[in-house]
Amino acid sequence: MSKMKPKSEVVLEKDENEIANRQTAGLSQRQIVIKRFISHKAAMASLFTLIGIVVTVFTATGIRVGFGSFGFTIPGWWQFSITDIDPYGAVAATCNGGVTGCPTLDLAPSFLDGDGVQIGDHPFGTDIIGTDYFALVARGAQQSLMVMVIVSFLGIVIGTIVGAIAGFFGGIVDAILMRLTDMFLVTPVIVIGAVIGFRFGNLGVIPLALMLGFFAWMGLARFVRTEFLTLREREFVDAARVAGASNRRIIFKHILPNAMGIIIVVGTLLMSSAILIETSLSYLGFGVRPPDVSLGLLISEYQGTFSISPWLFWWPGALIVAIALCVNFIGDGLRDAFDPRQRRHISAKDRKRAKEMKGMQS
Amino acid sequence: MSKANQTVLKVANYSVDFWVEGIWYPAAINMNFEVQAGKVLAIVGESGSGKSTTAMGLMDLLASNARIEGSVKVNGQEMVGAKKTLLRRTRGREVAYIFQEPMTALNPVYTIGFQIVETLRTHFDLSPNEAKVRAIELISMVEIPNPEASFDKYPHQLSGGQRQRAMIAQSLACDPGLLVADEPTTALDVTVQAEILDLIRNLRDKLNSAILLITHDMGVVADLADEILVMKDGNTVEHGTADQIFNHPQHPYTKELLGAVPKLGSVAVRQLQPELVGLPPVLKLDKVSIEYPKKGRVPAFRAVTDFSLEIYPGEIVGLVGESGSGKTTVGRASIGLLPAVEGRIEIVGRDITKPTAKELREIRKFTGIVFQDPGSSLNPRLPIGESIGEPLLLSGDAKGEELNRRVEDLLESVELPKTYRNRYPHELSGGQRQRVGIARALALTPSLLIADEPTSALDVSVQARFLDLLQELQDKLKFACLFISHDLAVVDILAHRIAVMQNGRLVEVGQRDQILKSPREDYTKRLISAVPVPNPAEQRIRREARLANK
Repeated sequence: MSKMKPKSEVVLEKDENEIANRQTAGLSQRQIVIKRFISHKAAMASLFTLIGIVVTVFTATGIRVGFGSFGFTIPGWWQFSITDIDPYGAVAATCNGGVTGCPTLDLAPSFLDGDGVQIGDHPFGTDIIGTDYFALVARGAQQSLMVMVIVSFLGIVIGTIVGAIAGFFGGIVDAILMRLTDMFLVTPVIVIGAVIGFRFGNLGVIPLALMLGFFAWMGLARFVRTEFLTLREREFVDAARVAGASNRRIIFKHILPNAMGIIIVVGTLLMSSAILIETSLSYLGFGVRPPDVSLGLLISEYQGTFSISPWLFWWPGALIVAIALCVNFIGDGLRDAFDPRQRRHISAKDRKRAKEMKGMQS
Repeated sequence: MSKANQTVLKVANYSVDFWVEGIWYPAAINMNFEVQAGKVLAIVGESGSGKSTTAMGLMDLLASNARIEGSVKVNGQEMVGAKKTLLRRTRGREVAYIFQEPMTALNPVYTIGFQIVETLRTHFDLSPNEAKVRAIELISMVEIPNPEASFDKYPHQLSGGQRQRAMIAQSLACDPGLLVADEPTTALDVTVQAEILDLIRNLRDKLNSAILLITHDMGVVADLADEILVMKDGNTVEHGTADQIFNHPQHPYTKELLGAVPKLGSVAVRQLQPELVGLPPVLKLDKVSIEYPKKGRVPAFRAVTDFSLEIYPGEIVGLVGESGSGKTTVGRASIGLLPAVEGRIEIVGRDITKPTAKELREIRKFTGIVFQDPGSSLNPRLPIGESIGEPLLLSGDAKGEELNRRVEDLLESVELPKTYRNRYPHELSGGQRQRVGIARALALTPSLLIADEPTSALDVSVQARFLDLLQELQDKLKFACLFISHDLAVVDILAHRIAVMQNGRLVEVGQRDQILKSPREDYTKRLISAVPVPNPAEQRIRREARLANK
């Protein structure tokens, strides 16, 4: 309660817009956004989970650099790679009823089932021929994350530029760019993806992601255009023009920073949809091809074994859901942080505390 | 007449607080007042004084982070802590609201008739036809022409004044005992404002309602109020009859507030400095017409027709007119933001009728503009130092250390601390932001400054300081200025000459005193007589004279 005291003194020195100042005193727009984002619990939890997943999967099996046979692999800390076959692992002792390769991961403590907490040789189990499944899933998640980053990066860059130019210049430029956007929009993504996957899927995941990225910008372009249409009518744009600013300076220095909120938000949504697109393509057989793996490919390959070895299905599925969920929550947190009208509602706890304070004062 | 002198609203020990990030902020503190039937109580104060909050809190219309304490009795019924059903029955039926901006307070997808019928049928058992008859009656009562046809009109098909009338018709639907009018005329032109004020006065006499008027405009208060309550920072500063407050104000704040209100004809004409007389004009508009080009199916719109005006060095020319008269368009064309379709525009001898990008860059050094809304004219993502320095940087006048020094000098010249250069616009108050706007406009020491309604978003006391500052700077820097405003009293203080505009045409132009004291054109006369004066006795005489002239 002693913490409350100095605050109530502040109330006495009231000036013109103190309430607004209290939330923003000495902070730049960016600092305010960061502060709001940090106070968004779900978004922060998701951010740390996502960082954890990324670090784990990329360091576990090592990273393959280069294409096809011209590459080399930076080794990781996990003992198996996706090409190692462990015939002993395939008949793990913990498995019931003669099923082979079930997970050795055991999180139940010893007083419950007697075996104790352990990771074992194959925490995620092995697949039918004895390849370590943790290595496979980690490799698959790497591929999926790579697709996510490349597709959303390309989508954001192209979408922002197209939307900014269309929205700022308007008229004939706008008409041409928007009809072009319409043309891309009316083609189903899955069909485009299938064609691209059929043509480029065998080259590895990066060319596939690059091609998908060229078809992922339309939604963002629409949003950015709308934002520019409103912002360019604001008086500060005229003020910049009177100050002698060129069109390029107005677009990039004056309008774009004000449209950053919508770009980041749509960008994160694009990320989660990129992961799902890669997954669906690989599931359909148009994406990543064996011997390389991706999360979608793993699910598609082992769907027949679901009744006998369900873990082959669980792990990649859980990871897809986890990544997509994390990215969506982060996007949600960013949207809240960028929206200045967003005010948190007064909670029952706050009300109670306020009542106590009131009683104390009187 | 059984209701006469009956107390309709009685407010006692009434406080409103807002919960902001862990603290209760008081918005209205311990207020006590009553309103009798047939009387008008005006709550006056500057922005942030809590006057609107007070009004909204009466009927529990505030956001969920507000807390209301004390007692509010409407016709003897306690409203604080009352059940939702009782509140809902009381709202509209016994207490009706008129809001500031009728365009946003009326639902744009329904006809005004529908909205009035909706209110009627919520509170009374009426068949659709009976309700329609009653609605048309109400529409004719608020003097909207052609009531039957207007019943089926959408809000966007009506003018601003008619929309406000429709709003009033809706609020009168249930013959309320108390009418709360929250800045009812702020968004309207003076001539329309005068009509709406007449209407409210007539309705009060006819219906014997009590009226709670919330406003910042002392002229409106003088015109309408019987009793006045002055608020500052949530506190009741002074409470008395209109005569007491206007003629014998006790509290220093009330005196300051009344002193800050600009009055027509209260200052002497400013003389042009002798060394500037006889120089060629800085801005020359010669029979200029300006069009907004055709957009899709919307035809081209001619905003300004055949407009001629010259501004000489060191001179302030006030450009007045009602909204939509084309004042802002003239201002924008004068610094090359819009091209002219006919005629000729010259700035310091350069032709910018149809400016090329290169010509525009050249004239930038001679021109500056202060915009109307200080909230939107500064980039929210740039520190104000950068906004002020932008013209200097882009014209290549200053860079690095030199730029910083110049920015600090500019901040000092508009009486802002140097340390403010790293602040962002949202950390400044409206008046401070408008100073930043001036500093930016004057960064290149222009010969011509366009000021587009720079004070319309400011409180009177802030406006008074702003006008002083502008005069000081103008005396020092001797720039010519086109001062655009709808407020004749403000123009009266500043201008050497005044130009009056209506429907895109120049009505008349002349020396300040000639325009204000002996206007030649009818339109100018009407404009001047519609300005409310902050003095109840004088305002009554003016009002009667105006009505007699009708």
